[in-house]
Amino acid sequence: MNPEDYIAEHVRGLPRSGIRDFFAIVSEMPQAISLGIGEPDFITPWKIRESSIFALERGKTSYTDNRGLLSLRKEISAYVEKHFGPGYDPKSEVLVTVGVSEAIDIALRALINPGDKVLYHEPCYVSYAPSIALAFGEAIPVATNPESSFALDPEAFEKAWQPGCKILMLNFPTNPTGGTADRERLERLAKFAVEKDLIVISDEIYAELTYEGEHLSIAALPGMQERTIFLHGFSKAFAMTGFRVGFACGPDWLIEAMMKIHQYCMMCAPILSQEAAIEALRNGSEEVAKMRDQYAKRRDFVVRRFNEMGLDCHLPRGSFYAFPAVSNSTGLDEVEFCHRLLREAEVAVVPGTAFGPHGKGHIRASFSTSYDKLVEATNRMERFADQVRAEGQSFSAAG
Amino acid sequence: MNDLISTIQETADPNPEVLAKILGRSIEEVESEIQSLRTNGSLLGWVPLLNPTKAENNEVRSVIEVKISPEREGGFDRLAHRISKFEEVEACHLMSGAYDLLVIVKGKTLHSVASFVSERLATIDGVLSTATHFLLRSYKEHGHLLSDEGENPEKPAVSA
Repeated sequence: MNPEDYIAEHVRGLPRSGIRDFFAIVSEMPQAISLGIGEPDFITPWKIRESSIFALERGKTSYTDNRGLLSLRKEISAYVEKHFGPGYDPKSEVLVTVGVSEAIDIALRALINPGDKVLYHEPCYVSYAPSIALAFGEAIPVATNPESSFALDPEAFEKAWQPGCKILMLNFPTNPTGGTADRERLERLAKFAVEKDLIVISDEIYAELTYEGEHLSIAALPGMQERTIFLHGFSKAFAMTGFRVGFACGPDWLIEAMMKIHQYCMMCAPILSQEAAIEALRNGSEEVAKMRDQYAKRRDFVVRRFNEMGLDCHLPRGSFYAFPAVSNSTGLDEVEFCHRLLREAEVAVVPGTAFGPHGKGHIRASFSTSYDKLVEATNRMERFADQVRAEGQSFSAAG
Repeated sequence: MNDLISTIQETADPNPEVLAKILGRSIEEVESEIQSLRTNGSLLGWVPLLNPTKAENNEVRSVIEVKISPEREGGFDRLAHRISKFEEVEACHLMSGAYDLLVIVKGKTLHSVASFVSERLATIDGVLSTATHFLLRSYKEHGHLLSDEGENPEKPAVSA
């Protein structure tokens, strides 16, 4: 018996996550400082946790409507309209999901026929390409480049288009680059989506963590609400990763199609998480603003330190990740840099190629950690980079 | 708020070298600004924030409600200043409500705090009455929870 033969071919073909490999090493080194964490270092604000406890005390332990609690969907609809612009009917155009990850999965599965093509920008969140593959679609990654600080390039999407493209996936602010999209570029991309008759899946999980200018959703542009699935959730801005609750908003026919899958594979998001989410939307904005201010200050610090130590780093305009270049100044590729940094300086960061081949030469460093750890981690990284450069010079001299 | 002050409040180790690095300024600039803040009275100093249980700090603390007579000139100020000057007094606040001053007193033993209250505080002319409450256990100090919340050893060290 060959166990491999029993695994479905499209699952067998999925690459192993670079992050998972790295996690295995870091977990053996509890003393290492990790800048590799893709979640807030803040604990969920107490009032949000307390509302979940209160719900538990009142015996709220049941399933909910497959679409999610109507009271939560009403709050979501009001929140989205207030902060992003488009209005959605809470009864038919909002679906509560188990995080944005589930929403991405069921949106793709609801739309893709085998061989349909999906355009998305890269480097990007690790699940995009595998989720497309699991839905039997064809991934068409479009590079964003360090020369333009990984900003969205609508022209690159236009060039990458080919017959069979059905979906355009966006994620602004972007994990891992912190890139955002301004109105002009989004408008051009919206025009492109209309011309090519594409459905847009817009993952805006980091929207509240925008530090430069106002976040703009493509769903708010004229003519886009009818062809956009707007995805958002509570994990990042409200520091609720463990609650696993997110949502999708879109035209009723799209939400209904997603609901068909959701009801069979997930049933509903956990009720205690939904109760917490209601409190987050009603009363969490002050805490969100406080956390955003903290991230902004930490961002300024780490970006300055990376540039000081010779690791070119653009200013991430959103999210809580810096994405500095390491290969051009140290001569190490990004994977070797990360492995040696962990072994020799006990600092964990993630190779840029974990987020797609266009992350080559870069690393992702999360600034979602305390000043004290950031100060120590960047000091260690500076010493490490100096040492690697010195080794390179002595090697050249010897050669 | 001044960015130096807000950074001092956010770091565990507010030495000028670390602050200079965080703020992107020279150590001399930071030291000079700290000196200015001290001179103008904005910055009084900093003290280590201890978890009394873990630091084996066996000091006794009590919260004392004090009623005093207001005076024709200065109201409560003269007596409040006088009480504040005792070394045993950690904090002293004028309050609205059923009593006038809330005084936090610390001492090495229960007996020393009780002696201070009965012999020093209650005997001051103008002090009408005192009610002493000894602190039994602290759960939060200056915004810091004294439980182990936040230490989650199972949180992944690397994640997407």
